[in-house]
Amino acid sequence: MEQDPIRQERVITDAAAGLITRVEELAYELKIEEVMTRDIKVVTPAMTMQEVLNLFREGRISGAPVILEEKLVGIISLEDLIRALQDYGRGELHAPVAHYMTSKVITVNALDPIVEALKLFAQTRFGRLAVTDNGNKLVGIITKGDITRGLLNAIQRDYQAEELKRYRASHLFEDIISDRTSLILRYQIKPRDFTHGGTASSHIKRALLRLGATPQIARRCGIAVYEAEMNLIIHTDHGGEVRVEIEPHQIVMETVDDGPGIEDVELALKPGYSTATPDIREMGFGAGMGLKNIQRCVNEFLLESLPGQGTRLQVKIHLQPEETFSDNNHARAAD
Amino acid sequence: MRLQDILSLTQAQFFGLDPAPAVVNREVRLGFGADLMSDVLRYDVAQGLMITGLVNPQIVRTAEMADAAAILIVRGKIPPPETNDLAGRVGIPIMGTEMSMFEACGRLYQAGLPPARRQDEVG
Repeated sequence: MEQDPIRQERVITDAAAGLITRVEELAYELKIEEVMTRDIKVVTPAMTMQEVLNLFREGRISGAPVILEEKLVGIISLEDLIRALQDYGRGELHAPVAHYMTSKVITVNALDPIVEALKLFAQTRFGRLAVTDNGNKLVGIITKGDITRGLLNAIQRDYQAEELKRYRASHLFEDIISDRTSLILRYQIKPRDFTHGGTASSHIKRALLRLGATPQIARRCGIAVYEAEMNLIIHTDHGGEVRVEIEPHQIVMETVDDGPGIEDVELALKPGYSTATPDIREMGFGAGMGLKNIQRCVNEFLLESLPGQGTRLQVKIHLQPEETFSDNNHARAAD
Repeated sequence: MRLQDILSLTQAQFFGLDPAPAVVNREVRLGFGADLMSDVLRYDVAQGLMITGLVNPQIVRTAEMADAAAILIVRGKIPPPETNDLAGRVGIPIMGTEMSMFEACGRLYQAGLPPARRQDEVG
């Protein structure tokens, strides 16, 4: 797409950037046939420009393909009509369409992405392109207006789908009535699986945002659970389980494994202390800061371990009144 | 500072597909350089640039958890496909420069990119 000078000057927020990128993606995803005008009015080369004027006025259109014996031979537009008016004056539009039409017709394939049409608009300065199917048969007309409308509709559909998901998720705690409702997420973590390390944390963070958590709460939980998930991957014999219990007023995160356990829990909590091997450190982990980072992100921290038996880490984040998953705070989820 | 400015200041390039103009114009509000992921997580790097010499997928996960806006890889390292794939999926652009960590950070700081502060200092 062309670079827009105004866009370059403006500071773009992440949300706006997401939307612009989405438009660009859609330019490749949407097909011309999805946005083009199918129900088209056609004219013949022998029709008069007066008939074209009437057709444009009645159909409220600004252009039409010219067809002769089922073949596309030209395009006639409002601009051609204006030229005819300049030549003849009002009421004297007897000249045939053939005299004013553009016979160099640019066509696009109905199955091409709309970015192809956008490129042609930029190159040719034409206002409309004829759309043909694979058999070269005229099936529609596409204008810049069709593209804008198509993109806006697609974004609207995206937005509504996401909105609906968020809406449903963020009302979970109100829709289900019990004395104490909680949502529990569980993930099995494999040892040494560095390629997928952090996948559980990523899903947890997204779930929290969808439920309406503030970005700050989602980040604190994300960091804490990610460090804990990596600990399972780096240190355990058989991996372990990450379990997150979400309640309206608090989030409890727990990791449980069956070994090897920590010899000296107090020592393990000392900043800089680590039992990680050099190859783990080379990957950017095992600096002896993980548990400290978790502690900093949470309100309650409990680490229990028995050598040879396993380790259980349980942390809690308390939500302030304005952070809870309640109806009052749902405006945020819809932002 | 926009990613476009970071590209020119550090003579860097994007990895993967040509990014959309919106990505090139993305703003970062600060910078933080580290080869230890727990160090990154200790600082407030939200909407910031994470500068590292590592290339494994965990740099993307770390950036995602910390809400970093982009990653700059120094010392001419090339990320493996799984790192680029993950970055594409979570929407975090990765750039690469031949410069050392010291030089890349120095040039960006000199050009006005502020440093990150520790999480506990930010509150």
